[in-house]
Amino acid sequence: MTNTSSPLSSPLANSLRSGPDDRGRFGIFGGRFVAETLMPLLLELDEAYRAAQADPEFRKELDYYLKDYVGRPSPLWFAQHLTEELGGAKVYFKREELNHTGSHKLNNVMGQILVARRMGKTRIVAETGAGQHGVATATVCALFGLKCTIYMGATDVERQKPNVFRMHLLGAEVKPVTAGAGTLKDAMNEAMRDWVANVADTYFLVGTVAGPHPYPEMVRDFQSVIGVEVKEQIMQAEGRLPDVIVAAIGGGSNAMGIFHQFLDDVDVKLIGVEAAGHGLDSGKTAASISRGRPGVLHGNRTYLLQDRHGQIEEAHSISAGLDYPGIGPEHSWLNDIGRAEYVGVTDEEALEAFQVCTRTEGIIPALECAHGLAHVMKIAPTMAKDQIIVLNVSGRGDKDIFTVAHHLGVKL
Amino acid sequence: MSRIQTRFAALKKEGRGALIPYLQACDPDYDTSLELLRAMPAAGADLIEVGVPFSDPSADGPTIQAAALRGLKAGATLGRVLEMVRAFRETDNETPIVLMGYLNPIDSYGPAEFCFEAAQAGVDGIIVVDMPTEEADLLDAHAREAGLDIISLVAPTTSNSRLFHVLREASGFVYYVSITGITGTNSASAADLEKALPRIREVTDLPVAVGFGISTPEQARTASRIGDAAVVASALIKTMAGTLDDGRATERTVPAVLKQLEGLAAAVRA
Repeated sequence: MTNTSSPLSSPLANSLRSGPDDRGRFGIFGGRFVAETLMPLLLELDEAYRAAQADPEFRKELDYYLKDYVGRPSPLWFAQHLTEELGGAKVYFKREELNHTGSHKLNNVMGQILVARRMGKTRIVAETGAGQHGVATATVCALFGLKCTIYMGATDVERQKPNVFRMHLLGAEVKPVTAGAGTLKDAMNEAMRDWVANVADTYFLVGTVAGPHPYPEMVRDFQSVIGVEVKEQIMQAEGRLPDVIVAAIGGGSNAMGIFHQFLDDVDVKLIGVEAAGHGLDSGKTAASISRGRPGVLHGNRTYLLQDRHGQIEEAHSISAGLDYPGIGPEHSWLNDIGRAEYVGVTDEEALEAFQVCTRTEGIIPALECAHGLAHVMKIAPTMAKDQIIVLNVSGRGDKDIFTVAHHLGVKL
Repeated sequence: MSRIQTRFAALKKEGRGALIPYLQACDPDYDTSLELLRAMPAAGADLIEVGVPFSDPSADGPTIQAAALRGLKAGATLGRVLEMVRAFRETDNETPIVLMGYLNPIDSYGPAEFCFEAAQAGVDGIIVVDMPTEEADLLDAHAREAGLDIISLVAPTTSNSRLFHVLREASGFVYYVSITGITGTNSASAADLEKALPRIREVTDLPVAVGFGISTPEQARTASRIGDAAVVASALIKTMAGTLDDGRATERTVPAVLKQLEGLAAAVRA
């Protein structure tokens, strides 16, 4: 495995990988729905990103950090014991939890921080849900000596204490957001308010494939290294492409990262797993595609959980990283054109999968990707033994042990 | 001529700028905000901006966020806001009303239906905070057909070349967001405005309203002289919030806001 290069997008004709268009749209989704104050900044960012894409030095620099700092490539692990237990398709794990900081988040953060540096920005703001993106952002700010402010919902600050402490250690200021339900949506609002008030020196480092153009495209490009590696690794291991790729979805960056390279391989089924919370029809869910409808929030048009008057509803999930009422616009488009399938997994199912993974493979997964695994546990037994599923294990679960203990009735 | 054009033309003759107070619809309840809306012209409002409550007002500061939540709790919907404007028009057919809000409730209502019904209700213009020029085609044609002005926002970050792009098809008036920030936080200085306004006037003959961060009579006076109008929002809402008892209106609520409005109007007219 020699390929650690970052696949920055280039236009492709007749390809599902050619989006977005020059208005930042994937079909009807995406766009740039922001206040005029921010619009010139988005145009400037777009220009800076195009320049970086075209600059071989940028790619070289990014590849260097991905390899020696992030620790790429991440392995593709054949989960033999889990496969045996499920008794069907072969299950592979893409081990993104082995990256530095313990999740896929650093792939994107590393790319964007290099763009921010090229733009001469000296202060970074970011939103975070589970804290994985916040930790990754605080990490690169420590590495490059940049000021860092992380907005995190007060509810999430409470349920993700280890990550809050890590961010503090890394020198970041963590601002709890009490508006709304105090989760990722509210943190996103607050980060945008900070950005609009500090446009001169501040870079808004978005953590997922959502937000105004060019963020969904840029974050996807930086994350698509995941899929590029999987393709090469599975060819080496099996001599063919997988039948199914499964990834959990909050905003959808780990899923876009593993899907993108396979969009034109139409025989590879792509499944995004949304958090169903207490159940898709419980009213306490985070399944934006399954239970939402298209609307405009946080700079893009996408599927949103909203009431019939267009007011955004609170999402619910046991996993702070999936607790968001929207989803990246490219996923909305992939859903509508039928290229990817989106399903829901409940809190309970995710907790069960979390334990199965830990017991059979000795890998403690983040609650986010436990949702993906729960779906794998549903479909693998129905598939033939020579079929292949790849699950993106996007993060490690150390941060979640308090939440899991609480739900299992264990006092730590 | 539209109500907006008529009003600005009349003020030009008077030789003064306009005062544009803001209220959030249904804050703290429908009846109180309608009572306030109806009383604003007599207290010195030349135009009125009516905020449409949205769950995620990401360009607004804490004061307007709280007002939006109170409005939503009191049952505000876009339909209810139009009802309120219709009720206002029963007694006032001259004061221009401009709705200010975010795109999703309009998108949810249906852009064509909304523009048609808003114009019918007596709305004159709309400001959609998260709809920059690049996305304005969503409403432009419908608004034009209905006779509604889409009020263009420009900011300190809007470059000279971009001003041409943003104001190419502007109508009604131009809303100058005078600070890079959220509502009700910092204020632009007179010197800032003296520098910014000529840039805008270079590309448009439309009146320019100055907003974001204007709270005192003195600031309103300055903004309405350097620009053509001063928008006061958070300061009035703060006053209103101070009169509420556990989120509910009291007998002090409407008089307190009107008294402050009269003070602002006196300064603008002095």
